[in-house]
This record gives sequence, C-alpha cells and structure tokens, in this order.
Amino acid sequence: MTAYYMCFGLFLVGLYGVITRRNLVKIAISLSIMEISAFLFFALIGYISGGVAPIVNPADPDKVYVDPLPQALVLTAIVIGLATTALLLAVIIRIYRKYNTFDIREIRNLRG
Amino acid sequence: MELAICIITGFMILGAIYAIHAKDLLSAVITCGIVGYSLVICFLLLKAPDLAIVQIVVDTITLIIMVAVVLDSSREERFSRLDLSGRITAFTSLVVIGILLYFFVIAAENLDALGNSTLRMAAPYINGAAEKTGSANLVTGVVFDFRGYDTMGEAVVLVTAVIGVLAVLRIKGKKEGFGLLKEDSAKA
Repeated sequence: MTAYYMCFGLFLVGLYGVITRRNLVKIAISLSIMEISAFLFFALIGYISGGVAPIVNPADPDKVYVDPLPQALVLTAIVIGLATTALLLAVIIRIYRKYNTFDIREIRNLRG
Repeated sequence: MELAICIITGFMILGAIYAIHAKDLLSAVITCGIVGYSLVICFLLLKAPDLAIVQIVVDTITLIIMVAVVLDSSREERFSRLDLSGRITAFTSLVVIGILLYFFVIAAENLDALGNSTLRMAAPYINGAAEKTGSANLVTGVVFDFRGYDTMGEAVVLVTAVIGVLAVLRIKGKKEGFGLLKEDSAKA
C-alpha cells in the first residue's frame, strides 16, 4: 500500500512544480514528472505477486502472469507522452527566440 | 518487492524535488533523467520488460531534446524574492495538494494491496491469447490485435505531433515574409 502513496507523492511533487514555478523549462520537467508517476501507478496496479512477465511459454501452461492490460495502455501512453513533450518544447524554443527569456511573467509583460 | 519499489520511488521523489528547485537549468534537466531511468528499474521489478525497453528509449530522446533546448539558452533561472502573488500561488498549491491527498486516501481504500490484484479484465486476453493472436507476448497481442484501433489512434497522434513540431520550428518562410513587410514599410 505504501508504494501507492509514494507514487501519488511523486504526482503531487510534479503538481507543485507546475503551479509554483515561473520557468517554462521547469514547467515542462514537472509535467513529465506527473506523466511518469501515472505510468508507475498503472504498472503497480497490474502487478501480481509471484507472477511472471506476460510472455506465454507453451511448455509450462500453469504460470501466473502479471496483468497485460495496464501494460498495453501504458505502452500507448508513453509514446503519446513523448509526442506532447516534444511539441511543448518546440513551442518553448520559439518563445525563447522571440522574448529571450523563459520567465512567464516577463512574457506577459511584453504583451501588446 | 514492495520495499524495493518504495526505495526507488523515494529516489524519484528526491530527484523530482531537486529538479524543481535547481538553479542551473541543465542540472534540473539531468536530474529529471534520474526520475525517468528509475522508472525503467521499477518496470523491470514489476515484470514489464516491454515497458522498460520503450521507456529507456523515450527517456533518452526526451533528455536529448531538453538538453538541446537548455544549451540554446542562458541556462540560469532567475530567482526573485517571493512577492505577494508568489506567496498566494504557493499557498494555493499547498491547499490543492492537501485536498487531492485527502481524496486519494479515500480512494486508496478501494485499491487492492500491491500484488493482490485480480485479472478482472484481462482474463479473456490471457486464456488462449496465443492461439487467437499468434503472438507469444501478451502485451503485443493486446496492443496490436485486441486494441488495434487504439494503436492506430496513437500513430495519428504521433504524426500530428511531428507535423506540429515542424510547423512551429519552421522559421525560414515566415522571416522572409516579415523582412519584406519591414522593407515595404520603410520605403513607404
């Protein structure tokens, strides 16, 4: 049970970073930390103690496998997370080249 | 098993806290790499080798992109003293975190203890999956056969993201356009 709480703690650390930081790179890092904690949570839910990796061995049919469904979902989510992070960082590069800063307060001041 | 997961997750939390508070952006990005690579070890302990392989590749790519972004800049985060709005934001975030923690404690009562979960949804996938899909790896069978449309949507998202990155980073055509406009206005 402690592992679930630790995993949620990691999510909360990422959330704290997203809310309080003013640097765009720090916000991107915090978002990826939140993503990672969600992946870890899915992997924890699917774990069965004494289970083996979900690869079928026809010679030994009585094995207990860990749940393959959360693993399949996380596999999709990891790749989509890479795509969104890459798009976010591309936007951050453009903002830096235009305003010459990562600070979101100064970007707001330069508006208009 | 649970102890090992807890220790590694503790490392991840420490790395995340340092990454959020580091002064140098490059060290923040590298510390974010600690979190990602610890996740790979967690996946291996939790008997998910497919996820570990994918995560180690994805994390390396993310790290390279982030380092490229940071090296392009001045690298330091300017810390100013906490003003009033900063204090309000920090207080609000702590309140939000407290509320979320309360609801998670309520929700965690309904979770199975670690390692005691049952194959509610996956039982039809596991029973005779090798004959149905022809794949010995059950995760591959789920991703590419039972949930094939899901994977197709994932591919669409990937292509859209690549098009988006190319569109955002493409500056050549736009700059020439702006340059012409400036010259025109200067002449006028």
